[in-house]
Amino acid sequence: MTRDEFSTIAYNGLWKQNTALAQLLGLCPLLAVSTNIVNGVMLALATIIVMALANVAVAALRNFIPHEIRIPVFILIVAALVTVVDLLFNAQLHELYVVLGIFIPLIVTNCIVLARVEAFAAKNPPLNSTVDGIFMGLGLLWTLAVLGAMRELLGSGMLFTGIDMVFPSLSPIQVLPADYPGLLIGLLPPGAFILLGCMIAWKNWMDARAAERAKRRPPTPEVVADTAEAGA
Amino acid sequence: MTSTPREYTAPAMALRTAAILFIFVIAFTALLSAVYQWTRPAIEASALAEKMKLLNEVLPASDYDNALLTDTLSLPPTAELGLTEASTLYRARKGGQPAALIFEAVAPDGYAGRIRLLIAIRADGSVAGVRVTQHKETPGLGDYIEPKKDKNKASPWITQFNGLALATTPTKEWRLRKDGGHIEYHAGATVTPRAVARAVHQAVLWADIRREQLFAEGSAQ
Repeated sequence: MTRDEFSTIAYNGLWKQNTALAQLLGLCPLLAVSTNIVNGVMLALATIIVMALANVAVAALRNFIPHEIRIPVFILIVAALVTVVDLLFNAQLHELYVVLGIFIPLIVTNCIVLARVEAFAAKNPPLNSTVDGIFMGLGLLWTLAVLGAMRELLGSGMLFTGIDMVFPSLSPIQVLPADYPGLLIGLLPPGAFILLGCMIAWKNWMDARAAERAKRRPPTPEVVADTAEAGA
Repeated sequence: MTSTPREYTAPAMALRTAAILFIFVIAFTALLSAVYQWTRPAIEASALAEKMKLLNEVLPASDYDNALLTDTLSLPPTAELGLTEASTLYRARKGGQPAALIFEAVAPDGYAGRIRLLIAIRADGSVAGVRVTQHKETPGLGDYIEPKKDKNKASPWITQFNGLALATTPTKEWRLRKDGGHIEYHAGATVTPRAVARAVHQAVLWADIRREQLFAEGSAQ
């Protein structure tokens, strides 16, 4: 894999094709779990593991999967891998499983995994597919962290609610004054939709601004050469 | 790797894809079953360890020497304990002698619904320990009934039931201080501790009259 390929995959995962902001995939678990940073990050971590594994498995087997039955085979592979990850976590990393465990079955309801398998891993070599899975997951991670932070700040005035479940020595931070009454809508699904909408609008605005700048930039030499040729 | 795609007739094509799908199903089912077999002992062990950890919180491991998880009775739904579903009662013995009964009870009148408790009562009728296993009480207000959320780590609220017995503690003493009893509570959240105190008292009363019978039942093995 070249450096260029790597940065393209990374940019796609983190920003351009961000699963939550651009592809709008897997909104059901996303909205259910993003009530605070800790939950959101936990779901994203579980997703990264499963996506990397599913992508590498499908990419390795892609030449053996007939096109007509690829979807059932992908579902079979993803479902089997989620179960395997669930079992292995439970048996080998039980401490982590207690914290992360409830999020792993949630991934089954998440179409991100199947979408990446179909759109990327089925057409690319295993290494690139693994990187794609990891960066798609990281894109989900920062989106869920920001969305979770906004929701819990709005809903309860706190940050890192539930961190003591992961690191018993840490405790949540009270950001707004303790007598902040809390805006319940932040914690409810409509609040999640509204805030996700704001984030998508923000991303589109950033993209539009970047496109605007690119247009206004003085034409590059190659473009000049092109027009000169055309004029001649 | 570009082999020219061969032409298949429709039935041959159907057979071929079916065969390939079948192979995938076999392979991944085999993978699943292998991982399941391989991880099962570890998963069962940790599930058991978790159960024992909870049981040992209400009854110290040094207070019994039998296999707690196998010396059990199934209780039908018991209204006196607030239980609307069947539950398991564990019988702790030391040197063959009855040591304690461990069972579940529910306080139906918490501030936000039912509060599930695990209670251990010694053979002499005193409470060995109580733990809240499930509740929906207000975080930061009524959830101090759970030792993990109680700010007083040295002697969490729930431990004041330890050692109480019907013989030494008259009925009115099982109530909150506010209601004329002995049980402390945090100002501002009295519904929750009142519900727990009442449920513990009910459970002690329930166990007291049938203790011998519970220890004896079905233990002729």
